[in-house]
Amino acid sequence: MVDRSIKKAVLRVRRGTANDEGRYNDFEVPFEEGMSVLDALRWIRVNLDSSLAIRYSCINANACKTCMALVNGEVEYTCIAKLTPGIITVEPLPKRPLIRDLVTDTVPEEEKL
Amino acid sequence: MPNLTTDVLIVGAGGAGMYAAIAAARKGASVLLLDKSLVGRGGATVMAQMTVAAAIGQQEPDDWTIHFEDTLKAGRGLCNEELSALLCEEGPKRILEMEQWGTRWARENGHIKQEMAPGHSRRRCCYVDFLNTGPAVAATLRRKVGEISEIRRISNVTIIEIVTKDGRALGAVGLNVLDGEVVTFQAKAVILAAGGLTKLYARNSASANMGGEAYALALWAGAELVDMEFVQFFPIGHLAPRLVGMDPIMWDPFRYKLGGKLLNGQFEEFVDRYGGTDFGQYTATRDLASYAILKEAEAGRGSPHGGAYLDFRHIPENQLRAAFGPVIDRLLLNGIDLTKTPVEVGPMAHYHMGGVRVNNHMETRINGLYAAGEAVGGANGANRLSGNAITEAFVFGERAGSSAAEAAQHLHVDWEPKLAAAAFERLNALRSRQSSDGVRPVALQAELQNLMWENAGPFRTGAKLAAALARIQQMQRDDLPNVTVTDETVYNLDLLDWCELRAMLTTAETVVRSALARNESRGAHQREDFPDSNESMLKNQVVELRKGEIVSHWTAPVQLHPGGKSHG
Repeated sequence: MVDRSIKKAVLRVRRGTANDEGRYNDFEVPFEEGMSVLDALRWIRVNLDSSLAIRYSCINANACKTCMALVNGEVEYTCIAKLTPGIITVEPLPKRPLIRDLVTDTVPEEEKL
Repeated sequence: MPNLTTDVLIVGAGGAGMYAAIAAARKGASVLLLDKSLVGRGGATVMAQMTVAAAIGQQEPDDWTIHFEDTLKAGRGLCNEELSALLCEEGPKRILEMEQWGTRWARENGHIKQEMAPGHSRRRCCYVDFLNTGPAVAATLRRKVGEISEIRRISNVTIIEIVTKDGRALGAVGLNVLDGEVVTFQAKAVILAAGGLTKLYARNSASANMGGEAYALALWAGAELVDMEFVQFFPIGHLAPRLVGMDPIMWDPFRYKLGGKLLNGQFEEFVDRYGGTDFGQYTATRDLASYAILKEAEAGRGSPHGGAYLDFRHIPENQLRAAFGPVIDRLLLNGIDLTKTPVEVGPMAHYHMGGVRVNNHMETRINGLYAAGEAVGGANGANRLSGNAITEAFVFGERAGSSAAEAAQHLHVDWEPKLAAAAFERLNALRSRQSSDGVRPVALQAELQNLMWENAGPFRTGAKLAAALARIQQMQRDDLPNVTVTDETVYNLDLLDWCELRAMLTTAETVVRSALARNESRGAHQREDFPDSNESMLKNQVVELRKGEIVSHWTAPVQLHPGGKSHG
């Protein structure tokens, strides 16, 4: 049977744009075995804070390759990074210009307006 | 406010949009290729791990007319035969062109390897190993598009309205997600290539992009939609354990290559109880498998997540590895060992047969407005064969791009800024509803997805559909104008969510109204209160907007004239 006991994960998410000091917000998310970090980020947008900026397209196929962020300090695709109970830190990619929250500028120059 | 000018504007940069861009550019047109996510990375194409059907006849003798017959059979009498013929006849050219451009189709003995798939009478399905077809073809098209200077790519712009005047498309109004600015596009021709509507359903196999925007944009612009009741539900989509890094419909090839047993929550075989033969073979049709799985769950005999078990424990590990190589390791990383545990599967929204009504040049009744790929309705009738979706993306993309570029040579743009005024006002009104609390668009999207799954999913009744329609209308009237957005300027997803929600509600209404009106079961449209097909309903349902109301009429399916192609 599926384990339905309610475990929690806490996502400590770096917020802000390149023009402000930035801050961390903690979000408590119900944890289910096998969840990805992106699942948790999407849950936060629907249930807690829709202003959280994230970038993704294919959701969980690891096909679009657009959802990268720092998860506990490591560069990961958030769609395949496994969520674990406890505190997980999620930050934008450090070597890309920051747009807002977890969205960095990964768009090729020639694809911009 | 940015205002860009082009010959051909393409909305959506998946397989169909990219192919259209290449085809338009080689006819000499300037092209603007837009995507609300990133060019070539959103949409359905990149997620397709499966196969592409085309009668190239390399595995065994085949002919497009045989592929055509198979397609019509699956379509249960409702195919637009001109579009089906175009898909089947031009599919081989596109597959071979993709190979020239660098797609490495799986090969054996000096030819492209072609597999059998359900509903096909020949081995004609090409693929890229392992389960990598979509990402590989998307990469080919991205590279090709990048080499062509006439194509300008723009990412992170969503289109909110097609601008028309006197029955002609003149361009579009968009929202730049990066800075929240409105952008206008003047174009001699516009191609809608924004895919299907699977995002309308809580259980779906698609990307975040497919909210039915192509259909809503077409309808609002004055074009017609056809067959909107025919949503394809994939019977054995992955439910549990949570599987990441894979397409949720990945189990199909496992079943037809290896045989996998469908078991209920009590680990009994059950599909045969519903009139099918399954017994570990891949023979049950998609409709029957979906029905059997949902009925077992309804009777309290489902798997824990409301589906069925798919069991491969009888297959030796060396056979699993021989067939799927590295995929077996990706499953192990997810904690799934097929030799030890069955997975849970169930129906999920996968593809839309219905869509924008076009002629065989992919043009709508609005002059200069075209559609391509899954956005097009009619080629697959009441049900689509496995493998026809990517073929349709290539073929219809090429056709739409060529047609639009040719038409653009004779058209000029009679643009007036006031034509975009309504779209501006709509966005300004939205921005004026900034608040730190209130209901957000993304929460309403989630509600709509559950509503559609519960009431307009694989098995429908008049009562459930009526309930869905009532709530959709209420959301349009009361909720859509009152949801709030946060005050962010940069990358404010609330604004994008709202634009999507507005399109999702319009598209959902067309699906539900069409499903309510079709009092029969046919192909992917299954009514529990009308379980049989009714010969008198062997017609297509066409919907359009008249004075703001969605109205429909019935029409006889388009038939191909005897003796061959009527397109050309």
